[in-house]
Amino acid sequence: MALAPPQSDQISLRAQGRVARRQAFSRLSRYVLLLATVTGIGVLAVLAVDTMVRGLPVLDWQFITSYPSRNAVDAGLRSSLLGTVWVMGTTIILAIPVAIGTAVFLEEFAPKGRFTSVVRLNIANLAGVPSIIYGILGLTVFVRGVELQGVTLFPALGTTILAGSLTLALMILPMTVIASVEAIRQVPPSIRDGSLALGATRLQTVRHHTLPGALPGIMTGTILAISRAAGETAALIMIGAFAFIAFDNKSVNEDFTTVAIQIYNWTTRPQEAFRANAAAGIIVLMVMVIGLNLVAVLIRERFRRK
Amino acid sequence: MASEPTTAPMGHDAALLQKQMQHSTFKRPGELAVVALLWLCGTISLITTVLIVTTLFGETIDFFREVSPAEFFLETRWQALIPGTESFGIWELVAGTANVVLWSMVFALPLGLAAAIYLSEYAHPRTRSILKPILEVLAGVPTVVYAFFALTVVTEYVLRPIFGADRVPIFNSLSASLMMAVMILPTIASVSEDAMANVPRELREGAYGLGATRLEVAIKVVLPAALSGVIAAVLLAIARVIGETMIVALAAGSTPNLTLMPLEGIQTMTGYMLQVGLGDAARGTINYTSLFAVASTLFVFTFALNVIATWIVNRFREAYE
Repeated sequence: MALAPPQSDQISLRAQGRVARRQAFSRLSRYVLLLATVTGIGVLAVLAVDTMVRGLPVLDWQFITSYPSRNAVDAGLRSSLLGTVWVMGTTIILAIPVAIGTAVFLEEFAPKGRFTSVVRLNIANLAGVPSIIYGILGLTVFVRGVELQGVTLFPALGTTILAGSLTLALMILPMTVIASVEAIRQVPPSIRDGSLALGATRLQTVRHHTLPGALPGIMTGTILAISRAAGETAALIMIGAFAFIAFDNKSVNEDFTTVAIQIYNWTTRPQEAFRANAAAGIIVLMVMVIGLNLVAVLIRERFRRK
Repeated sequence: MASEPTTAPMGHDAALLQKQMQHSTFKRPGELAVVALLWLCGTISLITTVLIVTTLFGETIDFFREVSPAEFFLETRWQALIPGTESFGIWELVAGTANVVLWSMVFALPLGLAAAIYLSEYAHPRTRSILKPILEVLAGVPTVVYAFFALTVVTEYVLRPIFGADRVPIFNSLSASLMMAVMILPTIASVSEDAMANVPRELREGAYGLGATRLEVAIKVVLPAALSGVIAAVLLAIARVIGETMIVALAAGSTPNLTLMPLEGIQTMTGYMLQVGLGDAARGTINYTSLFAVASTLFVFTFALNVIATWIVNRFREAYE
């Protein structure tokens, strides 16, 4: 029984009825989902434009180099920019060695056991602690000092750059450790084994092979953590860093303010002129933060290809 | 990879090698000291935790010497900063936090999930590699910047034109919640997308083979299979909202208010803490210790959420491996 070949105009690969409806939904969903994905980015773009419009007229050299002032026109970012640089620098010096040390210890030296798993779990949990809690920790331990039955366990530093940096260092430590651990894990075991087989000690292996191999990853994670610290406000306000600073910081034992705190300060003022100052401050802060993020992404992309 | 076949047959030599390695571990003087230093680094995180817990709960005990736990947990009115009429019922502050969590999730959850589905199931790898980093910039924006926008843009130019200036107070929960939603979008999108990317191809291909469309595969196959990761993402996002301070402190107001309505001024736990922090309360006063009581409550909430989220991720991760 031979079947007649179907006429070409009778069959069609186009779905019909219910199937057509399902396919149409699916095709439409692509655009709906894309729209949802770019919504957040769109909001960011709108806010960026709004900030530019408000802040750019204010943003000039005089704004960058002036101390804060009661008059919005005279006020500037000088002391807060210097404070930010001081705090960031000190935080980096305090946090990075400890973070890398912790990561190396966990990945290369820690005995498999209860202590190590407790440390790991603990770091994961610390990463979720809100920044304002770190602020309270900084206030009670670093600013006011710890004294137990007449013995000073930790000296009271007051609201100084050092106290602020110690607070921020503890805050970014978990993030940095987690990023460093991930980076060290990416180093192939064969490199380690090869070094050990040639007679290098474990520490030499870490110094000459594991750490150089993990460095891009560690740097990426560290820079992202630093950019978070650069914008941190709540923890620093908690330790009392809300002072009027009209001098250039010269040491870590001085009062300070940062760009983020200055933005908060200006935002709370009712006068419209201070809002413009806040917007200009936001431009400066965002240039710093996005610049750091960009550097981190560039490092990641550059070394991923190799 | 190449080393696997060569190491397997030489068990004896490997054992010998391991023995030699152990001997050579600390053969240089000073290496032990360095390792001890590394160990010390590892303990700093433990010390941090101990310090957080002891400072928070130590002062909280002082707080409960003056205020009964019954008042703290059962009363609903929080009025701490006006002497003479103090009342310390935590629920107004918890309601403030819950208010912001609720409304930020109403916006962030659908958008974040949609973004995760798009990035994981629809986007060309090249598109994804562009969109994902840009989306993650949202999580890197300092929160004081979001706070500024919530106060000056969202309330003025979005909420007031929509709902009417007389119905929207300058400080309201919705403006803070909207900016909070933008802030946590990448958290929800990224963590969910990772979970979806881990769903094995076979599940998708099976569904396509049975004639499912792309949308159906995404919603009915991938999303349920990645549900544990999605739930973990949402819990992590909620923990971030609960702990976020600047947005609510600047935009949501400073009046404790037992309400979940979006267009009212409220105060969250973090908002109260920052208010006390700005006021420089003297050590030993009830205001100072109340800061720690609220901080302990906040800490317990975020800690529980993080632990549950981690547990879910670990518990269900192996299902497809």
